Amino acid sequence: MTTEDIRRAQLERVLKKNNYQKSALLEILHSAQEIYGYLDQNLLVDIAGSLNLPPSHVYGVVTFYSYFKMRKPGQHIVTACLGTACYVKGVKQIIEAIEEEFNLKVGGSTADGKLSLSLTRCIGACAMAPAVVLDDQVIGKATKEIVIERIRNVLAGERDESV
Amino acid sequence: MNLSDIQRIAEEENEFQRAYKYRINVCCSSGCIPFGAFKVLKAFEDAVKELGVENICKVARTGCVGTCSIGPAVLVDPGEYLYQCVTPENVREIVQGHIVSGVPVTKYLYNNSGYFRKQRRLVLRNAGKIDPTRVQDYISVGGYFALAKCLSTMTPQGVIQEITNSGLRGRGGAGFSVGQKWGLVARAHNTPKYIVANLDEGDPGIFANRTLAEADPHAIIEGMIIASYAIDAQKGYIYIRSEYPLAIEALQKAIAQAKSMNLLGDNILGTQHKFDLELRFGAGAFVAGEETAILMSVEGRRAQPRPRPPYPANQGLWGKPTLIQNVETLANVPLIILNGGTWFKGFGLPNCTGTKCFSLTGNINNPGLIEVPMGITLREIVYDIGGGIPSGKKFKAVLVGGPSGGCLPESVLDAQIDYDSLKRVGAIMGSGGIVVLNEDSCMVDTARYFTDFCIEESCGKCTPCRAGLARVKDIFDKIATGEGELNDVDILEKVSEYIINASLCGLGQTAPNPILTTLRYFREEYIEHIVDKKCRAGICFKKEHKGDE
Repeated sequence: MTTEDIRRAQLERVLKKNNYQKSALLEILHSAQEIYGYLDQNLLVDIAGSLNLPPSHVYGVVTFYSYFKMRKPGQHIVTACLGTACYVKGVKQIIEAIEEEFNLKVGGSTADGKLSLSLTRCIGACAMAPAVVLDDQVIGKATKEIVIERIRNVLAGERDESV
Repeated sequence: MNLSDIQRIAEEENEFQRAYKYRINVCCSSGCIPFGAFKVLKAFEDAVKELGVENICKVARTGCVGTCSIGPAVLVDPGEYLYQCVTPENVREIVQGHIVSGVPVTKYLYNNSGYFRKQRRLVLRNAGKIDPTRVQDYISVGGYFALAKCLSTMTPQGVIQEITNSGLRGRGGAGFSVGQKWGLVARAHNTPKYIVANLDEGDPGIFANRTLAEADPHAIIEGMIIASYAIDAQKGYIYIRSEYPLAIEALQKAIAQAKSMNLLGDNILGTQHKFDLELRFGAGAFVAGEETAILMSVEGRRAQPRPRPPYPANQGLWGKPTLIQNVETLANVPLIILNGGTWFKGFGLPNCTGTKCFSLTGNINNPGLIEVPMGITLREIVYDIGGGIPSGKKFKAVLVGGPSGGCLPESVLDAQIDYDSLKRVGAIMGSGGIVVLNEDSCMVDTARYFTDFCIEESCGKCTPCRAGLARVKDIFDKIATGEGELNDVDILEKVSEYIINASLCGLGQTAPNPILTTLRYFREEYIEHIVDKKCRAGICFKKEHKGDE
């Protein structure tokens, strides 16, 4: 079986587990994004067909919620929290520093596809603001120096041992 | 399972716990984990074994203690000794001193009695004290006794009566009477009925609900089952943000435990009542916290609000009567049932009973999760609990109620925390966020930040909200780049009014609050930006500065 077949089989299991219910669309999209990494258009048409929904409905839902990604993310993902506490404590400077250091823009990836930078509206880690998430690891009380160093380590292929 | 089984489990668990002289509670919530809480937990488990005290000392993984600035936090009972910023390296010393020799290691203790003195922990009664992954822990502190009491001795009407008596109001923001709401759904004729618990804490800067779910998931579930009995609902959903993996895990585990113990499902505790519970995940949409939008999202659609009436109490999920309640509200319910509405009225104010959880963040010495009685003043929260502003900076404003709340200055710090007082000064209770700003923050920039947030999060259905906020943003961009004119201030005020009056849902109706409150209390900063082209905090006009260099 190819990777594609395995993924499709995983998706089928998710669909079945949710009894192909139209109301479980969000849950199914969550799982699909976990399986594929992102939701491309063909995948959405496929899901729409399985749930007997118009593709436009599925597309509408995916574009409404900011959590769903329709573009392939980088190998490593750094997400800066733009919640109020993080904003007040200067997360903007960290974002600018990352953009400059790794030559990428918010919402985009580096040319080699190794790193992408996104923003999120509050991860709820406000007491340790500013917070930046690097591949599911929360960096609390972040400074631009710490964040850049941690990203460099991750890009260099070292496992992040600091947490 | 029935009441006597619950009592038996509680007794067994208490006996089991009494065998230990000490209990070390390691906070493993989202606040402490990034600072190494799991490593600290492991270190404690190893240390008590190595030092041979595992028979007298129990090490437990718990939820949030509330002091998020000193993580990883560790609470040692008896005596509630709170250790701060514990590292795996100093764990052995703590166990050696506190447990083996019986003398608390003072140099690592958190010395700040002020932080807890004015708090009143009802909803967070178990946070940091029980292991959220063990239902036995919850039962040992009286958990599910309220449910058993309802099912065995109270009628659904009796439950609603007790909740009405307590004066409990919805903690999600609007403050509607909970008993009244339950009565409306109970009297609705259509069936089946549904319950949706709102854990879509989308406001930036707020984490009170998440922490509750991480620390005490069973309290939410018990509150929901009691509500289901009162209104005769058989199916419920907890709508939770997907950004909260730890809370999701805690709730999933708790639901599975409740099902296996016959606290959920058919014939709950041997009675006729049946209730089933599922999680539904949000996907990053602030507006989904609005009560008609959340229903759309649970149905798997775009979370766009719809006009009311019909109210969800009559036509909610799939057109059926639906009770929507914030999780903090639900966590109050078991306490009220056990102790009575009159007892609950003893906390807070006569027209606003009980307590409220807030996440206290920003430029403040003691950020964290607090729970205070209604009626406490903002000043007490900022200075007595929060410990004031760090690094000798001056207080500037406090943001109450998230992006739809208000920015309040020093002069109204004596405002009380209750729905009406906050409204009078221009803020809202919201879902419970207080962010403190010091003199380094620019109020124009703050209002601009919240406007950007609301533009992002507006669902786009109503023109005043969609187009009005875009108009506001244009003006802010003008002001922040030095192009502002004096009549812009009037336009801001006017457009804000249109947005408030002509928007359908809470998002649009409250989105201009930060603009209006900054204009009301910090108008001179707007004028400075416009006339003197000066930002006293040095945040705006950055691009011009770069150009000068």
